[in-house]
Amino acid sequence: MVGAIRKPASRNGARARSVLLPVGTAGVLLASWHFGVVASGSDLFPTPGQAVGGIVELARKGLLLKYVVASLFRVTMGFGLAVLVGVPLGLVLGWFRPAFLALNPIIQALRPISPIAWIPVAILWFGVADTAPIFLIFLASLFPITVSSMAAVQNMQQVYLRAAQNFGLVGLPLFRRVILPAALPQIITGIRIALGVAWLVVVAAEMIAVNSGLGYLIIDARNAGKRYDLVVAGMMMIGLIGLLLDLLVRRLERFDEVRWGYGQQ
Amino acid sequence: MDSSSALIEVRDAWMSFPGKPGAEPIHVLERVAMQVRAGEFVCIVGPSGCGKSTLLNILGGFLQQVRGDVRIEGATVTGPDPGRIFVFQENGVFPWLTVEQNAGFGLWKSPPAERDERVRHYIKMVGLVGFEKAYPRELSGGMRQRVEIARALAANARVLFMDEPFGALDFLTRLKMRADLVRIWQAEHKTIVFVTHDIEEAVQLADRVLVMTRRPATIQAEVVIDLPRPRDLDAPGYLACRDRIFELMGMDAHGGEAQAPR
Repeated sequence: MVGAIRKPASRNGARARSVLLPVGTAGVLLASWHFGVVASGSDLFPTPGQAVGGIVELARKGLLLKYVVASLFRVTMGFGLAVLVGVPLGLVLGWFRPAFLALNPIIQALRPISPIAWIPVAILWFGVADTAPIFLIFLASLFPITVSSMAAVQNMQQVYLRAAQNFGLVGLPLFRRVILPAALPQIITGIRIALGVAWLVVVAAEMIAVNSGLGYLIIDARNAGKRYDLVVAGMMMIGLIGLLLDLLVRRLERFDEVRWGYGQQ
Repeated sequence: MDSSSALIEVRDAWMSFPGKPGAEPIHVLERVAMQVRAGEFVCIVGPSGCGKSTLLNILGGFLQQVRGDVRIEGATVTGPDPGRIFVFQENGVFPWLTVEQNAGFGLWKSPPAERDERVRHYIKMVGLVGFEKAYPRELSGGMRQRVEIARALAANARVLFMDEPFGALDFLTRLKMRADLVRIWQAEHKTIVFVTHDIEEAVQLADRVLVMTRRPATIQAEVVIDLPRPRDLDAPGYLACRDRIFELMGMDAHGGEAQAPR
């Protein structure tokens, strides 16, 4: 009987722990941040409250929405283009051996170059306009999307291909009915990684190439009057939006058509 | 057997795979000759790794023999054919499609009404009514093999090549699947070539059992199972057939070496 009584109690305990642990840890960290700043007597680095105050101030001036929209616009354009180019390119490279042999070495050589290293080149080619950060985001997202789509086709289970060929599928029907759905879970994983990279890169690109967006906000707040409360406010927004973007893409993984590709449960 | 009545005819087939670089090629099949009549249920048994699956893959058109002649329905096999469907050991059901979408997969060129009708019929025949909208990951291993069988039947395949399709299932599920497969075969008049390493399974299912040797393998004997179905697994005739095959494979039914090995 003891076991029967303890089991629901421990389940409640587990649920409480899964809320209390992260909330408690965050509380402790925020408190040490706050008291650390107070104790150091710094008048530049903000307390958490001052940083939130910075967010409120930006919102009142209408800058917050403007900068968030500017950054999201650039990510949408660059990342969207990368999906449109990278998925078909990856599928072709995965399926046609000669295309893979021809292009893979170049892709593998370009891939380790940080998108940040492309900033001078982007400014040279596109000037100080939206096009430069969009190009950088496109470049940064293109590689993970292309490589994961390519690997998805190459690692496809042979039995699906054989079954499809057995039923007489070739060409476009084979591609649409079997190769694409078989590759989709891994393509979505690549898209998720790419979106994370794109969000990292937009902030870096905006620090140099343009005069709007969350990256610009951070560098501008520092340069014009050492407003570190606004710097940290910008960092908080970047973290929050990055988290929301990842949650959004994760929803794609729950569709029945792809759920089989992510292990059990 | 009169060769003119054979649906499947293999003459002097040889198969080898390239080995490691510099090494000898691996000889898998030598001088394989076999025939299967239309509507016949033939099992192929042999020691594991002997090349049974290789032979079935050649019949299915997925592999090309290095020598010899493989003809089905009078024509040389040049590749897989929708009239002859392979049922895979590792389960080839598509995980992104529901049970009914999988069952209708081979009918992708047919009008939807006809497709739905056939899918309904064969889902009922394999015993999956109520699971039409389920995805493969929600099904047991046995049910997934039923989906694959329904997919082959719905596509109106004349020949089924089955490569140890029940090998991964538990004992009771396997018995039930065998009984259901015999029932379906009798109702549908398909020609079935069924590869297994399980001698009992072969004797329960087949009209004729072809026994292969070790690698490089050839067909060393044919055992005709002339017993009424459903088969009584304790009947003297059943046990005699089973023991005859054990003996051909160099063992007795208790796992010991038989008097005349090989």
